[in-house]
Amino acid sequence: MALTTLFALILTVLPLPVWLDVFRPAFLVLTVLYWSINTPRAGGIGLGFLCGLLLDVFQGPVLGEHALALALVAYIAVREHQRIRSKPAFQQSLLVFAALVFYEFVVFAIDGWTGHPGTSPLRWLHCLTGALVWPPAAAILSYGEGRFT
Amino acid sequence: MTAFGTAAGRPLQGRGGSPGFRFTLYGAVAVVIMYLDQRAHYLEPLRYALQAAAYPIQLAVNSPPAAWRWIRESFQSRDALRAENEALRRRQRDLELMTMRYEALAHENGELRGLRAALPPVADRWLPAEIINIQLSGLRQRLLINRGASNGVFKGQAVLDDRGLIGQTTHVGPWSAEVILITDPEHAVPVRLERTGLRTIAVGGGDGSSLALPYLPANADIRRDDLLLTSGLGGVFPDGYPVARVSEVHRDAVQPLAQVRAIALSHINSDAEVMLVWFRPGHPAAPAATASSAVDVKNGNAAMQPLAASPRAPAPRSTAPASPTPASPTPAPAKAADAAAPPDDGAAAAAPAAERGDSPTPPAERPAEPSPPRQPP
Repeated sequence: MALTTLFALILTVLPLPVWLDVFRPAFLVLTVLYWSINTPRAGGIGLGFLCGLLLDVFQGPVLGEHALALALVAYIAVREHQRIRSKPAFQQSLLVFAALVFYEFVVFAIDGWTGHPGTSPLRWLHCLTGALVWPPAAAILSYGEGRFT
Repeated sequence: MTAFGTAAGRPLQGRGGSPGFRFTLYGAVAVVIMYLDQRAHYLEPLRYALQAAAYPIQLAVNSPPAAWRWIRESFQSRDALRAENEALRRRQRDLELMTMRYEALAHENGELRGLRAALPPVADRWLPAEIINIQLSGLRQRLLINRGASNGVFKGQAVLDDRGLIGQTTHVGPWSAEVILITDPEHAVPVRLERTGLRTIAVGGGDGSSLALPYLPANADIRRDDLLLTSGLGGVFPDGYPVARVSEVHRDAVQPLAQVRAIALSHINSDAEVMLVWFRPGHPAAPAATASSAVDVKNGNAAMQPLAASPRAPAPRSTAPASPTPASPTPAPAKAADAAAPPDDGAAAAAPAAERGDSPTPPAERPAEPSPPRQPP
């Protein structure tokens, strides 16, 4: 779990060209979602909080911003993990899309409150790519889980 | 998203209580952290430690491009190296010719200013730093460089490249520092026009290379290709470093302000290295931050921290042309009054908004005059 989280963090902060950066899925959020759904006891809210704090150090204007958003998303995922886990991949993708939009909305709101107004509507684009990436990402993560743990 | 409606009927007893309890706990911690980080700067030590912890990851992320660069350099052909060497030698000769008269000019300038001896250059010490990571998006334009507090870097230090101003450091870790670019929408730099001496503030445009000059009246004397220099106000950047060139002046009859855009002179996209500069304290052109010599490594200069003025809120005082009319003596900002009192216009604008208390509500230190003296140039 720690390894995949670290890998996701590296993917998140990897420098990319500007036009590609807009499409970059929030890998760390996807990873936290996966572990919250599949091993809600081990991962979950604490993992989300820690990952969010790390994300804040890398790219947050305020410490605790991503931590709160990720803890919130992880909480919802842990609460509903049985329901989400039983859904087929397509419906899971839709739910992940909703979770990503919610996550981005929380970050957006905190940005606004703390006086860092993000004006670009492109910031919502990663929710879409994140939902598209979810089925293969979940498959890779579950393959790794069955193999290495 | 039916999370909040359903009652917690299922027992999910992991470590440390139910998910609801744990979420409440972590959420409260996050809110407290945010409050502390935003309102008061209590969390600088925590940020410092976290930045140190994050540094290996950032290095690892940067290693593929660095390895690629190294490989490309080591397989460069002998001819290419010779050509480069030749070009550098020619350039050095040109520069030496250009600076030949410099000593005499500096001496002459010192005499004109009524000083006994010529002033030493304002830049005291230079340190090249490698760019580890670049974040360029519409919302955030930051660099991460591989110099930190162990190299003497402090918060709010000017960063340049060989063509112009790049930005200033915002968060300093032990071995790394984050630099906010002048093109970041949250950054504002006090500038003056080289041609007329008109002072104003340049706010980042958010697209990687452009800046906006939002506070110029429609009748301001500004044209395309005017050069913008730092004005030395604001306590971060010294006087007279090139910042940007005006690219577009748009005057609308119904708008009271001119829409002016400028292109930054520095080449952040092609740079591999930037320069950190220490300025000679006490020099007339040095920023007030180094002159007051109260520079704290982690917190920057105490005199400029609490100056909270949003670059988005109109700052009409700075649009007044550089004329002898003195800025009306507004009450000095309470927190900054003890240390070196900052210069009048735009003194608040150089600290990035990220470090300030809150920008949406203009605090009481804003100039109280509702209609400033705005004279046609």
